[in-house]
This record gives sequence, structure tokens and C-alpha cells, in this order.
Amino acid sequence: MKRRKFLKLAGVGAGGILLPLQGMAVSTQQLATSGMDVKQKKLLADVALSAARKAGASYTDVRIGRYLNQFVLTRETNVENIVNTESLGAGIRVIANGTWGFSATNELTADGIAKAARQAVAVAKSNAKHQTKPVQLAPEKGVGETSWRTPIKQNAFAIPIGEKVDYLLEVNNNALKAGASFINSSLYLVNEQKYFASSDGSYIDQDIHRLWAPMQVTAVDKKTGLFKTRNGLSSPVGRGYEYLDGREEDKLHGQTTLYNNSYDMVEDAILAAEQAKEKLSAKSIDPGKYDLILEPSHLALTIHESVGHPLELDRVLGYEANYAGTSFATLDKWRSKKFRYGSNKVNFFADRTQPGSLGAVGYDDEGVAAKRWDLVKEGILVNYQATRDQVHMLNQPASHGCCYADSWSNVQFQRMPNVSLAPNTEKYSVKTMISDVEKGIYIAGRGSYSIDQQRYNFQFGGQLFYEIKNGEIIGQVEDVAYQSNTQEFWNSCTAICDSSDFQLGGTFFDGKGQPSQVSAVSHGSATSRFDNINVINTRRKLS
Amino acid sequence: MAILSRSEARRILDKTLKYSRAKEASAQLTGGETGNIRFARNSVSTSGVVNNTELMVEARFGKKSGIATINEFSDDALEKVMRRAEELAKLSPDNPEAMPLLGEQKYTSVNGFAKATATITPDERAKAAADSIAAAKKKKVTAAGYLEDARTFAAVANTKGLFGYHASTSANFTVTMRTENGLGSGWAQSDVTDFAAMHAGTTSQTAVNKAVESQKARALEPGKYTVILEPSAASGLLAFMMGNYSARSADEGRSFMSKKGGGNRIGEKLFDKRVHIYSDPADTNVPAQPWANSDFMPQQRTDWIENGVVKNLTRSRYWASQTKAKAIPEPNNLIMIGGDKSTAELIKSTRRGILVTRTWYIRMVDPQSLLLTGLTRDGTFYVENGQVKYPIKNFRFNESPIIMLNNLEELGRPERVGMWGFSAMIPALKVRDFTFSSLSDAV
Repeated sequence: MKRRKFLKLAGVGAGGILLPLQGMAVSTQQLATSGMDVKQKKLLADVALSAARKAGASYTDVRIGRYLNQFVLTRETNVENIVNTESLGAGIRVIANGTWGFSATNELTADGIAKAARQAVAVAKSNAKHQTKPVQLAPEKGVGETSWRTPIKQNAFAIPIGEKVDYLLEVNNNALKAGASFINSSLYLVNEQKYFASSDGSYIDQDIHRLWAPMQVTAVDKKTGLFKTRNGLSSPVGRGYEYLDGREEDKLHGQTTLYNNSYDMVEDAILAAEQAKEKLSAKSIDPGKYDLILEPSHLALTIHESVGHPLELDRVLGYEANYAGTSFATLDKWRSKKFRYGSNKVNFFADRTQPGSLGAVGYDDEGVAAKRWDLVKEGILVNYQATRDQVHMLNQPASHGCCYADSWSNVQFQRMPNVSLAPNTEKYSVKTMISDVEKGIYIAGRGSYSIDQQRYNFQFGGQLFYEIKNGEIIGQVEDVAYQSNTQEFWNSCTAICDSSDFQLGGTFFDGKGQPSQVSAVSHGSATSRFDNINVINTRRKLS
Repeated sequence: MAILSRSEARRILDKTLKYSRAKEASAQLTGGETGNIRFARNSVSTSGVVNNTELMVEARFGKKSGIATINEFSDDALEKVMRRAEELAKLSPDNPEAMPLLGEQKYTSVNGFAKATATITPDERAKAAADSIAAAKKKKVTAAGYLEDARTFAAVANTKGLFGYHASTSANFTVTMRTENGLGSGWAQSDVTDFAAMHAGTTSQTAVNKAVESQKARALEPGKYTVILEPSAASGLLAFMMGNYSARSADEGRSFMSKKGGGNRIGEKLFDKRVHIYSDPADTNVPAQPWANSDFMPQQRTDWIENGVVKNLTRSRYWASQTKAKAIPEPNNLIMIGGDKSTAELIKSTRRGILVTRTWYIRMVDPQSLLLTGLTRDGTFYVENGQVKYPIKNFRFNESPIIMLNNLEELGRPERVGMWGFSAMIPALKVRDFTFSSLSDAV
């Protein structure tokens, strides 16, 4: 277990969330520096590779990482907290006697890294005594010296902290002026500078950037005692500070305004304040069966929970049984080549090359190049997400490139790539989709979510709910949650909008493993329709 | 660096604070060793040990504050970290809610350190995993589990004379057993201060039995049922309630503790009169650090609910100053008073009901009523005429802990459970009219 600091964020989602924070608190200026020279990293990596080989490793990979975080948290007119952290060190993973061994050190000297390499081999040899089957690693050709960087325009870490604070306080001020009782707004910035070297002959230098700008606006009616919240409709992204440019061409104006490649946080805060107030007097939903129209920033989480997680091969195999759970999507269903995951309109693909996505990299944390592959084709389950040491269980020759560790000090393991729902190849707009529904609800934004440990039964909420009657939206409703079963739900998908509506949503702190590691991942889709879904009313009266 | 003694820690903190040029400064030294072993598919998958000691320094200039951390302890390093905190403080915006640092405090003396946990070896960890896997193999089920143990200390000091020191140990073991046909699953946990009190084999046997007995579950119609929530199952819902027990949210009108027209519900009887929940760092079952991490406020015995009446809510020092009320930190442990009955005895007195081993993936649905949703998992059984009759399929529930604690039928004997990063003593709860809203096929 690694002792971690946790930052409790009240206000962002009920109950607050706990963010794992690793590394030392450092100055803002420190975050904008470039870190260790790549030649120096190669020298150190070669020391580790050689030390491990001499100690008896048949395979070694070295990850020298510098992980930077900046979190800026505000409420109303105040800055609540600014957190800057830097964490620097190396993780060495080896195979010796057919068994994995891992060791990590923050002592980035030739002696320090060689010692860690030998220790990793010692761990492997010790664990080999309890090993039942030797590790079988899918081959991967070395790529020599190469580099990859998230194609950002503006490094968010280089923007003065005062500018970021002023922007968030402007957002808050606008929400308060528009009638919000309270607002929490934040900026989460992540930069992973990671160097990967392996005994296969790869030396890969990567500079990965991610950004998230969430907010929560609350409206309180003191007379009735009611309160309602509306969260921002942005998505966490693999982009630079330019995401906050809020360009007009990135806005999708419909029932509410949605954002694609950039985000206008001030505009969304004003709208959030107005909509939160409207929620106070919105009609409470009549429970029953409805056709649901789900927009991409909402649907992202449904895809994440009901498609992304169940198709993680390590879950399917039982490695996560004691924590995250297992999966209904068992190997026999996949082998049958007939397992109907969804209707024939449903195509899911994994893709670590999507620009602007959280999962976009050049190479994964075991040196496999980013790729795209199908998971569900015309409704049929066709593949999973696998790493080099597990893909042979699918009789496939190469890893999917799904290996990730959230720091140099944690061992890398299977994590979800971007998983997306393919848009309709024929033209179909959201407007037409709404006009085709007789009795339905249009849902925007991600809300409450819960799913069982094998990913069958789920319940999802949202941020905004609009009732549809005879092809028209007749008004906002509240207290909506839908319940379904993964297979039934995706088989009830009767329509998907075209690529002009395709947007990436995502999740910034997805937890998995013991000790737990976080990961960030995007999910793309166009607005989609699901017929005859069970909707419950969530309002309860306390005496 | 191993666990520092009180005097060693004090020496480092005093020296650090002497370097301060700020008006006020505080320092916190934390560290120790943690170890773990993870297994799945009846085989050990990973294990490790991490040693770390870290010094965190906060410098204050009026309403400006800066925080820096370091894990070196030379004189140069101590001065460097203080200078860095001071630089950051000068650069940071004013925090209008900043409160002056606390002066000297008297912290409750807590004994939460056990030798067996302090001296745990890799072999002992491996044996715990081996015992668990052996219990699984005997009944032809598959084990996946995790053991995590820690020996840690924390010391705090500031320029106004505050000093505190606390050393503690803990170990937490959880295990999931699954039958080979995929039709049965069982879970159990053990959370202790003293590793000598942990018996991974016995805990694993409970999980094995639940896995074997939960096979071939029948489906019951969703609806309102009397439930017996085992302590782990109950703790999931209670954690959400206590995580939202803030006076500020209540006073601001955005909590289930808000009063219509303004103010909070302290003093109101919101729960069954047998409900009594409190925190106490000196509790011998769940000893806890006697100060709050956020501002080093002393943790004292605090009643949250007594005789069903809301007694206290957590309140930051800032909010206390605004509302002229007492500041109360977020607790480091939780104790719910229960009865003498074992879970088996609660079953015996039940005519019709459902026994729930564990609750899972609990999320807030509506903060206004604290409505939560989640699922049962790893051992759900139908009880009739005082006996467990047969296993049943898992349910999704939509229920508020407020309603749950009003519909109380009986309280069992409290047991220690790990809960959101701290330990709690929670009884099994027998509750009527618990709302299950749909069936789950998950095993």
C-alpha cells in the first residue's frame, strides 16, 4: 500500500469526492519547468536494463516519470485551495523465473536505479515459488528512440496562477449574478512526463496533458426548503488551456447548450444558475416506461460503466473479484460469436488515438503503440481490452495497448482505453430524433450512477431532464433516474445521431486495483435513443 | 526512516519552526511503513512494502497561506521547505475564511499501537494469503483478497506552542470467495489494530461458507422488505450520512439537515429513539488520532445522535465564528451503540426478511432526502420463521439512511468495520420496509 494524501472536495457531487494526491507540494513555477533531459533518462534506463539482465531478468521495463498536478478550487468569491504537486522517480518491472517482479525508487542515480532493478528481480524470484504458470508476454518489437506529446496549443501549467483564479472567480461571479445561491468551480490539471525503456529496444519519451473544469451551481428556495444543483456540462479532456477558449463553432445549441472541442465556462455557469432555479419548480416525473434520448456527455458514463468496465479482460478473468468485481461478458459468450450485446445499430470501438481524448497516448505503459479496435460490431461482442501478459488468453498475437500506472511508484496493469459508440453513417439529427418520439425524456449531463459488480443492473441520473410528448419537448422535469440491465438497454437502442453530433465525454478519476490507482478515460458518442426504459421517481419525503 | 519517537519528532518540528520568518507557521510530520499482499484466482498476484516520512509546513502571512512538503530532514532541507512555504504564501490570494492557528492544545491520550502489527513480516502476510487460499481450495472455490497493514506516526506543532504526537497500527483484510460454477459468491472482512487478533483463515471460512450457500439463488419480487443488514452492509449507508453531516451545508439550506425557513435540525428527533451514534478517539475498539488533520483541532467524544435526536453537526472554525457556535471537527472514528444479539440471534427473531452481507456501489441520488442507491452483494438470503431458508438474487435498493434509522426493529452487537478510511463500530441492523427497487443478475 502506498500512503496517499486525499483531498476532500465538498460540493462537487453530493458527499464530496476524495482525490488521491501523490508527490510533494511545489511552487507554481516549478510545474512549468521541463524536468530531466531525455539523454540523462536514457542513461539511467540503460543502467536499470543492464542491472536487471545481469541479475537474471528475461524481460525488463523501466518507467522514469515526473507527474505534475495543479488543482485550483473556488467557491463563490473565495479561493478555497490551490494544490501543486510534483512526483519524480522510476518504476522497474521485470520477468525472472517466469514471474513478475516490481520495484520503485525516487533515487534517480545510477546506483539507486540499479539497486531497484536488482530488487525487482529478487521480488520476482521470491514470488516465483508461488507461481502456477509462467508469464506469457505477447511479443512487441522495439521502436528505438521516439517521442510523443499531447497536441496541446497552450500548456495550462504555464498560465499564471492568478489568471486561472481570476477566470474561476469570474465564472462564480456570473453564476451568482444569474441567481445562483452557491457555486463551486475548479480546475484540475495533470501533466505526466514519462520515459519508457524496455529490453525489447524501445526508448519512448512522452508528455501527456489532461484538464478538467467542473463546477456545481446550487439554487436554494428557503421558503419551501427545497434545493437543486446543476453541474457544468463540460467534459474532462486531453487538451491544453485552449479548451477554455469557448469558441462559437464548438457550441451545440439545442434544448440546452453543449460543448464539443472547447468550453465556455462563464456561459455555462449563467445557464446553470438559471436552470438550477427552474428545477426548483419543475414537475416531478411520473414513473413508468419512457423512450430516452441521451446526449453524449451523459451517455459517456453509461458507456463507461456498462461497456468499458465489463470488457476489461482482467475483470473477466477474476483478478478484480475482491474489489471492482468480475464481468457478465464471460469468455464463453465471446467465443460463441453470437452474444448480442446490443441491437445491430450498436458498434463500440476502443481507440487510444482519438485527438483531445483522455486516453490518447503514443504508447501505453508497456511500450505498445496506441491503436483502434472493435469491441462490439453490429451488436455482437467481438473483443476485449488486454495487456501483453493477458492477450494470449484470447489467442491474439499482440497486446491492445491498455497498460497504465498512475505513477512511477505503482505497477502498471490493465486499464480502460477510450471506448466509444460509433455514430450513424446516415444523416440523422437530434432535432429529428426528438420529433420521432411520442413519450420520452431527453437527458443531459452526468448525474448519480451505480452498477452491480458484474455490470448487469444499473441506475443513472443526469443533470437536466426534459419531457417529450408527441415529438416535442414540453418542459423540464425532475426526480428522474432510469434503471436497466446492460444487455437489455443496448438492445433497446433504436437510433443514433450522425457524426456531426459526435462528442467525447469522460471521467477523470476512475478507480481500480488494490491499492487503488486512478486513470482518466474518454467515451465518445452521438445522441442516442433507447426505447421503453424503466424510469423511477427519486423524490422522498422526510417527516 | 522508521517510526520516530515523540522526542525525535519534536526535535525535527521545533527545528523547522525556528526557521520561520512568517508571522505564524505550523509543521506536520507523518510517516511509517505500510505493507500489502494481493491475491486472486487462488494465487498471489502482488505484494509490497513502502516506507516514507514526510514533513509538511504551512507558513502564514495574515490571510495568506502557503504549504510545502519535503522528505529529507537535513538542516538545509528543513530551512528550504520553510522558505518554499513562505514564498508560496506570499504569492497566494487572500483566503477570507482563514482562521488564526490554534494555541497549545491538550490532546486525548490514545493507545492504538500494537506490537504484532508493528513487527509484521512478509512471511506473515504470505501466510495470511496462503491460509485464505487453503480454505478456498478445500471447498473448491476461488479466492481473491487483499491484506493491508500499517505502522504509522503523526506529530504536529506550530509557532503558538501547539504540539501533538500519535503512533498507531492497523490491518485490514478483505476476501471474496467465488464458486467455480460462478453461481455463488461470499465476502468477509477483518479490521484490527492488533494483527494478533486477525485470523485470515477464519475470516476466509466465513466467505467460503457464504459462497457455497449462496449458489442457485431464487428471485424474489422487488419491494419493501424487513432486512437484517450485517455491520458491513449497514456501514455503507451510514458512511454517506456521516459524510454529509456538516452544519454549514445545513445552515446554507442545502442538506438533509437543513430546516425549512432556515437554520439546521440540531435538537430535532429525526430517528428511532434507540439510535445513538458518537465518535471518541479514545475508544478502545477503534482508537483514532486525537486531532483533526485539517487544522489540528482536538478530537473529543462527540455525540452525533442520541436517543434519536440530532445532537451535533461538524462545524469548521470559520463557520463556528460566523454562527457563534462551537467548532466541531470531522471525526476520525464512529461508534454506533447496539445490543447484545449476534446476527444469528437477529435471524432467529425474524418471521420474514432478507439477510444482507454487503452493500455495494452506493451513490447519492437526492441530497435533499439523502436518498441513496446501491446493491446487495456476496451473500443475500431469504429468512423465514427464524431460519435462513434459501439464497436469493441480489437487489438494487433505493433508500435513505434517515428513513432506515426510523424503521429500526432491532440492533445487533457492534463489530469493527473499515469505513471510508477509518474504523467504526457498527451493529447489525434489523430494519422494516427497506426499499428494493429492482433485481440484479450479478453473483
